[in-house]
Parts: sequence; C-alpha cells; structure tokens
Amino acid sequence: MIYIKTIASAGTYESNDCIVTIKKADTLSIEIESVVFEQFGNQIKAVALKTLDDLNVKNVSVFIKDKGALDYTIMARIKTACKRLGVYHD
Amino acid sequence: MIRSLLFIPANHPGMMQNADIFNADAVIFDLEDGVIASEKDAAKDLLVSFLNHFHMQHKKIIIRINNIDEVQTIIHPFIHGFLLPKADEASLLLLDKTLTSLEKKMKFDHLFHVIALIETPESVLNALNIAKIPRVTGLLLGAEDLATHLGVSRTLEGREIEFARNMVIYAAKAYQKNAIDTPYTDVNNINGLKQDTFNAKNIGMNAKACIHPNQIDTINEIFMPTQEEIDFARKIMIAKEKADLDGLGAFSVDGKMIDQPIILRAKHILEKIKD
Repeated sequence: MIYIKTIASAGTYESNDCIVTIKKADTLSIEIESVVFEQFGNQIKAVALKTLDDLNVKNVSVFIKDKGALDYTIMARIKTACKRLGVYHD
Repeated sequence: MIRSLLFIPANHPGMMQNADIFNADAVIFDLEDGVIASEKDAAKDLLVSFLNHFHMQHKKIIIRINNIDEVQTIIHPFIHGFLLPKADEASLLLLDKTLTSLEKKMKFDHLFHVIALIETPESVLNALNIAKIPRVTGLLLGAEDLATHLGVSRTLEGREIEFARNMVIYAAKAYQKNAIDTPYTDVNNINGLKQDTFNAKNIGMNAKACIHPNQIDTINEIFMPTQEEIDFARKIMIAKEKADLDGLGAFSVDGKMIDQPIILRAKHILEKIKD
C-alpha cells in the first residue's frame, strides 16, 4: 500500500521555538498563532513567505504556532516541515 | 587554552542562541546522542540556519556529528571543529580526508580541528595511534558509553574509568593534544562535580566537557592554576633569570631545588593565565 503524506510538522512549543505544520493545498496560505503576535506577527509572516519562496514551495497551507522563535528558527522549522512533507528536497 | 566544553543539543534554539553568554571555552552543538532519532533532520536544519545567522566570535564551535557523510551538509566557516563519536583510526582518517577535500574546494581560511571521542574499549587501547593523527587536536573520554561497553556502573570515585582516563591522558600528552575529561552527569551535585573534576585534573586532564551551564564556572576555576601555583611560578622565573646571569644550571626557590622540568611547568602555568 502506498501512503501519500498530506501533512507534516516540525519544531516544539518550547520557549524560543515554534511548531510549523504544513499541508498540501491549492493555494498558499499562512496562519500564525504567537505569544508575540501583536509585535511580531507581520515579521513572522514575512519570514515564512520569504522562506517558502527561497524553497520554491507554493501550494501549501502553513500554520505556525510560535513561542518567541527568532527568524533562524522559523526558517529552519519551515524547511524541515517542507522536507518531511516531500515538497522540498536539499 | 580550552578548559570547559559545553554540550548543547542542536535541536534546542533557546540554548543555542544563548551559547555565547555561557562562560564555556567551547560549545559542542550535538547532533548525536543529545537529539532523538526522529528529530535529527530538524536538528541539522536548525544548526545550519543558526550558523548562517549567528556569529559567535569569541566561542569555539564544535559539532558532534552522527556520521562523516553529514559533514558536507553542515560545513560552515564558523565551525572550529568536529567531535567524532566512536572514533577509531579508520574513521578519523576518513574524516580528515573529507575535511581536507572540503577545505580545498570551499577555500576556508582555517583548518577544521577534530576531537576524537574515546568511548569504546578498542579506542581506549588504541588511543596513542588516534592521538598521533595530525588533524586530531584533542581526545575526549566518553565514560558513559564506555561503562556500557564494560558492563559496569559509573561511580563518583571513577575507579571503573581510571585505566581509560590514564590512556587518554598519556596518549594526548605524548602528542601535545588536549586531554578532555568525560562530563559529570549529576547536574545538581556541584560537590560531586568538584571531586570528579579534581580527580581528572590531578592525573593530567586539562579540560572537561559538561552538559549543563551551571557546571561551567566550577570546571573553569579548577582548571586554572591556583594563586599559590602562580606566585611560585613567578618566583621561579625571576630566580631563573638571576641564575642564568650567574651561569647556574640549578638553583633553589623557597628551599626547593629547581631544575629544567620544574621551570617548564612554571612556564606552562604562566602561559595558562596569559590566555
């Protein structure tokens, strides 16, 4: 039997980290839940968009549950989740 | 001079981004035993992203790898060296070859160091040949894995690792490499840490790995010469200058005969505090 992965995640919900969950979708969408959403919501979204663009990943739905992750962590977690989903390869 | 090396799991952003505020002389970002198998891919991505964004100028960054193949995917100019688990001659020579090729290809301005993790009975018995490899700059005793191989429990006295400690020390010192002691794993027992570190220092270890930031200061302090040792070393060097002028080979300081090996030890002590 062949299993097709449609959802994958990476990261933790510890301080300074985030959980990124990615699903295959028809269009790109990004949802963010963050303890610092007021101050950094736009920046997190910009980092996520730039990372997906760099990875050339387009049709996915991204949910980021953030607990104060810095940019480098958000980028890494998105990359890992994309690889786990099979939509990006090193 | 390296006195303390702090292990940080490479899948822990909170600890990684604070690495340069800890007083450890080096940090070891751990891709191996500190990361569970299902998270190794995430740890590698996080480490690469971290290295691309943080420049810790005053801290030596060492990476404990799982295998030699992954060096190619994480190589970065900010890395000082690699810690190779279950090191033996063959794997160290292969790592050296891999690094030499990457250094040439990517034109790095420094050569990567390698620390050999001595954690099997075979590597303990072969420590001298391991220390002889030019790329190897230190031998780190991994007592937990070794105890498992030996079928013994770890104790505070450490009699079960006495032989291994001595092998690591003699091999490292024979080739002027760092002899790095195994971490003390009871992170809340600072008195135990002190005893364990003194045990290691008194027989020749010059550094110790640790697994918690609260262990760093104790280790750094113990591996520094005492004020008494520094004062005596200074007296020796002053007396030596005078003896040289007087054409004397041996002389005495505070009633003790001083000759070449003692002068050399005094020099080493003063070099340590200069660092």
